[in-house]
Amino acid sequence: MNPIYDFKGQVALVTGAAKGMGLATARMFAESGASVVLADLDGDLAAKEAERIVRDGGTAIGLACDVADEAQVAAMVDRAVAEYGRLDMAFNNAGIQVPPSDAAEEPIEHFERVTAVNQRGVWACMKHQLRVMRDQGSGAIVNCSSLGGLVGLPQRAAYHGTKHAVLGMTKSAGVEYAPRGIRINAVCPGTIDTPMVADMLKGQADAMAEIMKQQSIGRLGRAEEVAAAVLWLCSPAASFVIGVALPVDGGFTAH
Amino acid sequence: MGTAMVGSFEGKVALVTGAAGGIGLATARAFGDAGASVVVADSNTALLETAAAELRSAGHEVLAIGCDVTDRGQVNAMIEQAIETYGKLDAAFNNAGINCDGAPLVETEDTEFDNIIDVNLRGVWNCMKAELRHMTAQRSGAIVNCSSIGGMRGSKGRAAYSASKFGVIGLTRASALDYAEKGIRINAVCPGIIGNTPMAKRVTKNNNPEIVKAFVAAEPIGRLGEPEEIAAAVLWLCGSAASFVVGHALTVDGGILA
Repeated sequence: MNPIYDFKGQVALVTGAAKGMGLATARMFAESGASVVLADLDGDLAAKEAERIVRDGGTAIGLACDVADEAQVAAMVDRAVAEYGRLDMAFNNAGIQVPPSDAAEEPIEHFERVTAVNQRGVWACMKHQLRVMRDQGSGAIVNCSSLGGLVGLPQRAAYHGTKHAVLGMTKSAGVEYAPRGIRINAVCPGTIDTPMVADMLKGQADAMAEIMKQQSIGRLGRAEEVAAAVLWLCSPAASFVIGVALPVDGGFTAH
Repeated sequence: MGTAMVGSFEGKVALVTGAAGGIGLATARAFGDAGASVVVADSNTALLETAAAELRSAGHEVLAIGCDVTDRGQVNAMIEQAIETYGKLDAAFNNAGINCDGAPLVETEDTEFDNIIDVNLRGVWNCMKAELRHMTAQRSGAIVNCSSIGGMRGSKGRAAYSASKFGVIGLTRASALDYAEKGIRINAVCPGIIGNTPMAKRVTKNNNPEIVKAFVAAEPIGRLGEPEEIAAAVLWLCGSAASFVVGHALTVDGGILA
């Protein structure tokens, strides 16, 4: 059973919230009493999921945001504060994969795109969230890194580079803002059963068998298991946890 | 701080070693608050009885067992008694540990090295062996071993201590792979500098203000941690919310290692 959090009166922002881990986290925040802002590149889907949360008795809005565009990120944070008056928790989850590539052959377009979303996106989100949180003197941010932020894998240099960068930003901003009452941490999901992983594995029959060989726990992770880690990191139970990269990977990075 | 977890260990049995004070006692209390029956063990039986009485007066179901974790026979007996009393073992926090006075390697006595390795590393080994036998039969369970930030980095004068705590992470990560598919999760916590514990009293040479000041200055968060903050992490790792967290050494250190 999950611990029961009381986030009533608090405001949570989730990027990449229309699907997968972002959606599971947004829903769990809402179930714990928080007002939730669901942001996604697909604003229509985010709005639809926000409506579903409201129908289920929660409080939420959905909006479109391309985190690669700092102006849109600033507007997203402004909108959250305009709507709910504050910002207590943020899960900077929006991220993309690019096709696996020989490091000597990777097209610059892939590098630019994955970096813009995964690295610059988290940078911009933190920047604008921290402006709100430092005025409040409180807040908790969780950035979505990956097992790719902890280890290397063949053909994944660009993606893993961005996820390592997320940890660098998490740790540096984490120690910078710890004395100001703001905690910044990261989760490092392993292979989670999400639409992104399904896309990634499309047409690679062997890839799944290969992944399962590495899963000590014998299964893929569930989006809710990542959400549970994000909520714990955002909660007062994690009050002494700062600048940590928490793997939720079934043991992948233990070997 | 642990209030978020209330009720989540109803009907469960949790074991805590080194439970007579500090982080161990705080964790035993948190397990009790969360509804678990708690087996508390410590080598200092007088202190343990005081701690157990405190837990009972708070309304917790408690079994207190004197145990020196360096002694395989005592560890096996502790687990047997826990199983006889409560019928199962769902969670274990292998926390018993000691620190040293702080001296460079050449000036550290071999007996001190032996003692630290015996308690901090062999103690965890002994406990895991006995716990895992029962958990394997149950096909469920969660173990958290107490490492330290000293298990992830060096610090002056603490070679023996660091070696023992690095060792705990090695035990944790490797054994986690062996038991993940059997439904047992093994993780570790790495506390930073925690105040209000017997160990803190020792390393600050009885709360010497200059040493305390230096420790606070080393904490990015600007304060020492509380035992309850480690307890909260242990309970989370033992709970089903952490069902995909395996073989991880979770740092709870106010940002020191970041």
